[in-house]
Amino acid sequence: MIRDITLGQYYNADSVIHRLDPRIKIIASLLYIVELFVVDSFIGFFYATAALGLVIALSKVPLSFIFRGMKALLIILIFTFVINLFMIDGTIIFKLWIFTISKEGLYAALFMTFRLVLLITGTSLLTLTTKPISLTDGLERLLYPLSKLKVPTHEIAMMMTIALRFIPTLLEETDKIIKAQQARGADFESGNLINRAKNLIPIIVPLFVSAFRIAHDLAMAMEARCYKGGEGRTRLHPMKYGKRDLVAYVLVFAFLASIILLRIFI
Amino acid sequence: MENSIIKIENLIYEYVKQEVLDDGSTVEKVKRALNGISLDIEKGSFLAVVGQNGSGKSTLAKNINGLLLPTRGKITVKGVELADDERIWDIRQNVAMVFQNPDNQLVASIVEDDVAFGPENLGVPSEVIRQRVDDALKLVGMYEMRNKAPHLLSGGQKQRIAIAGALAMDPDIIVFDEPTAMLDPKGRKEVMAIINKLHEEGKTIILITHFMEEAVQADRVVILKKGSGILLDGSPKEVFCQSETLRDVDLTPPLAVELGDRLRARGMDIPQDITRIEELVEYLCQLK
Repeated sequence: MIRDITLGQYYNADSVIHRLDPRIKIIASLLYIVELFVVDSFIGFFYATAALGLVIALSKVPLSFIFRGMKALLIILIFTFVINLFMIDGTIIFKLWIFTISKEGLYAALFMTFRLVLLITGTSLLTLTTKPISLTDGLERLLYPLSKLKVPTHEIAMMMTIALRFIPTLLEETDKIIKAQQARGADFESGNLINRAKNLIPIIVPLFVSAFRIAHDLAMAMEARCYKGGEGRTRLHPMKYGKRDLVAYVLVFAFLASIILLRIFI
Repeated sequence: MENSIIKIENLIYEYVKQEVLDDGSTVEKVKRALNGISLDIEKGSFLAVVGQNGSGKSTLAKNINGLLLPTRGKITVKGVELADDERIWDIRQNVAMVFQNPDNQLVASIVEDDVAFGPENLGVPSEVIRQRVDDALKLVGMYEMRNKAPHLLSGGQKQRIAIAGALAMDPDIIVFDEPTAMLDPKGRKEVMAIINKLHEEGKTIILITHFMEEAVQADRVVILKKGSGILLDGSPKEVFCQSETLRDVDLTPPLAVELGDRLRARGMDIPQDITRIEELVEYLCQLK
């Protein structure tokens, strides 16, 4: 049922990676993306794969769980592979009717697909091992310097937190509205695409109304609980770097350095 | 009154609505929700406010902690006047509020984070927040659920978390704005048990409700009448024995009073001051 949905794709486990400060995980993910674009050889990719494999092993997230997320992106992977395979000119190694495959094309196709797979697995690890709430908290802290430039960082993080909190509530509300409209004879299952889209209006309009009502109630409740913006707020779980976070920082930057050296010397 | 913690003097509240006419001009429509309410609420007391829909009971609740500011009149909480903008946060910390809809007042997606929301806003140090969150959750019996997501809990459980969230701000007064209206009977009982417990612990309780059976548990009942302010004010016994006046404003007296009335009409000698079912049962049993 609609109540059972999981938010994001967090995989609940107790591992070193799960316990790391969200800030280091966000930074490491960003650096990892950069690193994948620094790498220009297969050797580099194997090196990155080994490092990623180690992190996955440490995170205790089963491989099947990670690859499940990849399924949705399979089309993009295949598309990238095919486009690169056929569109790049060079020494022809295979020819059938109008399709030609060049050596360079094959190389580029493998290369880009490898890069994409690594990119998806690596970044999904961030959301797999970090609760959405810690993620928004981490982002708020990382973006904090921007608040000096009048960027409403706290407000953005608070909006994300509330959005996450109210996804299930709004889903339940949608469920209720659908049932209420069906009880009055609304039909959502038949007709062509345009008709079906039109039939959604009796769901969307009440949903908007109730979203506004919820927002009003929530604003009232937040004000009653002394919410006055980010200034002077303390946290139940204050973010503090521990020893393991420092170790992680050292490892992350050592890896960055080694990738750069690899690019220069190989 | 010596011990008064909240003093309301001649409170008038008007909702102002802008209405656009056919010719495009706007007209201000004024609706008076509260018409001259004066109340003295004693420290540590349990006050129930009852009234039909539109009698302004929710408006009154929101005026007490400054969510709405009086159009006219004066409210003082612990000697601080509410119009005093700089002290508004002190007052809101002191007068916590629990609302009707259990879903729409929880902010965080984990129980303990939600309970911590109030003290976090107040800038309480982390260790103290931890202590308060644990204490509040234990008091409402939800400590085991502290790491759950609120949307997986029942209405009654969610409302208990909302109460814990109010408690964690360490208030002297808690205003309950129809906290049981959206709950099933079981959730209603749980919430009422907690309200009674908080009263015993010395908190001042203001309970807005339309369930007479809940109002009977208070030590003072105020009945509001639409458009004319306070109709009745007194102990549950004093208020509920006036069943005729209650019926005039479309309120049904508690079951025990209703039954007592009917038995009296049939010629039985039932005392006027029986308001609770248990009292009535006891009285009837000793008749035999």
